[in-house]
Amino acid sequence: MSNELTIALAGNPNAGKTTLFNALTGSRQHVGNYPGVTVDTKEGRYSKNGLSCRLVDLPGIYSLSPYSEEEVVARDYLVNQRPGVIINIVDASNLERNLYLSCQFMEMGVPMVIALNMIDVAKKRGIEIDHQRLSELIGLPVCPVVARSGQGISELMVAAIAHAREHSKWQPAKISYGEDLDAAMLDLSEMIKAADFLTQDYPARWTALKYLEKDDRHLSIGDSVNVEMSARLVEKVEQVSRHLEQTVGSEPDAMIADHRYGFIKSIVKQNVVHRTIDPDRLYASDRIDKVLTNRFAGPLIMLLVLLGLYNFTFTYSALPVAWCEAFFSWLGVVADTFVPDGYFKSMLIAGIIDGIGGVLGFVPLIMFMFFGIALLEDTGYLARVAFMMDRIFRIFGLHGSSVMAYIISGGIAGGCAVPGVMATRTLRSPKERMATLLTVPFMNCGAKLPVLALLVGAFFSENQARYMFLFTLLAWLMALLAAKLLRVTVLRGASTPFVLELPPYRFPTFQGLFIHTWEKTWHYIKKAGTVILGISILLWAMMTFPALPETDRQVFEDQRQQMSDQVSPLLFAELEGTTEPSIEALALYEDLLAVDGAEAEAALRYSVAGRIGTAMERISWLPGFDWRTNIALLGGFAAKEVIISTLGTSYSLGQVDPEASESLAATLGNDPGWDAVKALSVIIFVMFYAPCFVTVACIIKEAGSWKWGVFSITFNTFFAFLLSTLVYQVGSRLF
Amino acid sequence: MAKINLREMARNQSGVITAVKVGGELGQRIRDMGLVPGAEILVQGRAPLYDPVALRIMGGTLSLRNNEADYIEVEVADE
Repeated sequence: MSNELTIALAGNPNAGKTTLFNALTGSRQHVGNYPGVTVDTKEGRYSKNGLSCRLVDLPGIYSLSPYSEEEVVARDYLVNQRPGVIINIVDASNLERNLYLSCQFMEMGVPMVIALNMIDVAKKRGIEIDHQRLSELIGLPVCPVVARSGQGISELMVAAIAHAREHSKWQPAKISYGEDLDAAMLDLSEMIKAADFLTQDYPARWTALKYLEKDDRHLSIGDSVNVEMSARLVEKVEQVSRHLEQTVGSEPDAMIADHRYGFIKSIVKQNVVHRTIDPDRLYASDRIDKVLTNRFAGPLIMLLVLLGLYNFTFTYSALPVAWCEAFFSWLGVVADTFVPDGYFKSMLIAGIIDGIGGVLGFVPLIMFMFFGIALLEDTGYLARVAFMMDRIFRIFGLHGSSVMAYIISGGIAGGCAVPGVMATRTLRSPKERMATLLTVPFMNCGAKLPVLALLVGAFFSENQARYMFLFTLLAWLMALLAAKLLRVTVLRGASTPFVLELPPYRFPTFQGLFIHTWEKTWHYIKKAGTVILGISILLWAMMTFPALPETDRQVFEDQRQQMSDQVSPLLFAELEGTTEPSIEALALYEDLLAVDGAEAEAALRYSVAGRIGTAMERISWLPGFDWRTNIALLGGFAAKEVIISTLGTSYSLGQVDPEASESLAATLGNDPGWDAVKALSVIIFVMFYAPCFVTVACIIKEAGSWKWGVFSITFNTFFAFLLSTLVYQVGSRLF
Repeated sequence: MAKINLREMARNQSGVITAVKVGGELGQRIRDMGLVPGAEILVQGRAPLYDPVALRIMGGTLSLRNNEADYIEVEVADE
């Protein structure tokens, strides 16, 4: 069905575009991704009353300027994919502002139908729109709908499909931009038509308009086709610009925008809108804002809401997360029982099951987090958070919306950087978003906490709570400073304009919330799952191979043999039995465990990871780390809590449970190689070095390039290394 | 009638935009959102740290930073 009709949905953010898309397609939709960009476009199918077509949901935009990824995606889609018709969703209670985008689609000339959405809300606000009059004036079908309840959407689709059949050619509307520019438009269009410049894809009038607006994106497309012609047009535009500058003191792009609004005003004034209530009246939404963004109550309520979200995410997901963990440990036990001993079994358990378990274990957490964020976003509260926090975050080159990502990542100790990185999607400013997503892993996530607790418990036991609080503050400080550092170096550039819409508060639709949550979660499982499994197996192999040579293993075997020869076989029977073993039997058991531990330590040191750890001592003496710490930190790349179990193995303690690490704390506390300064240095390093690879996989996905993943690993590790070295070198001289 | 800078407007004060003195991306963004000469605005409030500012325009609410508001000139009624 190659000639099946495709309908694109376009409109402002907050105009109800997603709601309409969900209402039209139900659950028959999937997320598509453009290569190289992180902007999603969703596709779905509509079929009802014998009508059937493909629906594409374009990103929500205010304009067709070349400045944001969303806008460029929408533009390119229309030009390259040529949908049969677009449905432009317009918020009836905010008609003039929404028609600005419609106006630009009309300039482009794509066949279009307007869906006048939220007529119910408008009516409540005393706004009545004569849609027939509007339709006559702009020469396009206008269908009143209520996307939320589905009212009018069948009629809308009938109108859209009929319109697509009747209008297959693009016909740019001739909007007046004032005498000077109209004349210039005519001249430019003639030049373009005469040279057949870009006319295959773009109407001549649109190209003329984009050259007048000095639209970089269109100019570079023009340059790539015909440099000479492009230069001639630019020269002509320069003439016009100079003339305008002298006569009216304005630039063409500004005048064009002004005239678009002039055009809209002239239409709206012709009895299209009837207001029965004073437009400046305070609506319920404004009254809510009086409280929620109040100078004193506002920040307090925000703190409570964010705390609430945090609690919701981490408290309610705890149970399903525990189920996931229990399931995977059960799977481990099953594999342990039924698979014969050997490398395959070891890989299956330590590599594959732990690896997949690591990914899927996050799933409930991510689902809850996305649900919470979708709730805040769809109600309109998120925009208020950005509004209130912007002044502070701007100092560090960030955006008001960054706060969410930091909090989820562990801004309140115990979050997780994986959902945190994914939460940066709510940021629309590209540089601020990158700076945020690269620095959220500095926060103290739930996996770093047990490591911090272990070291604080062992070396700073008197002021445990105070130290933990200090480390939370330190994480914030360092993350914000690092963001600032990034914004003046690799992510240098003026801040993205903040001009932000504060949409009216609305009740979200549950269908929207669930689709949104499920979509994001599934995306995570698919993308993260593959990478993580590979790396998990790689890390397992590094810590297993090469295996201890036979002669070394024999030494431990001999020790075991020697022990059992010295004692009566009855003791073994006692250990196997069900009765309480005697003190002698327990002593034997302890001795045997010690030998096992020593063997595991020797094997770890002999493995690739062990050799790397030993080799790293050449530079790791600077922050005071020995080979044991190095391996543990290497293992921490899999997940930060692995640091504890690896440290346990390297200190011959066998497997140490991160939740019950008293024995390790005692060992470290008594080890002459450890002191408070070294502990502090390790804590700092753990807080700031390379994020775990689940996070890295998410960073790569969200940033759209593996280079940012590599950058994140190197930048963070280097940053942590410098800090730890500073702490250790200064600390060990002072104390 | 007096012409003042948007930054200097008080809470609940209304006026009509007379000029937007910036081009490029920022200028485009400001205009895209409806802040064009002739548009009526009302200062709805400011964030807790006095920046950004929230405006009521054409039935919707927008917020922008003070350093962005600096480019917008507004005509207001004399006190």
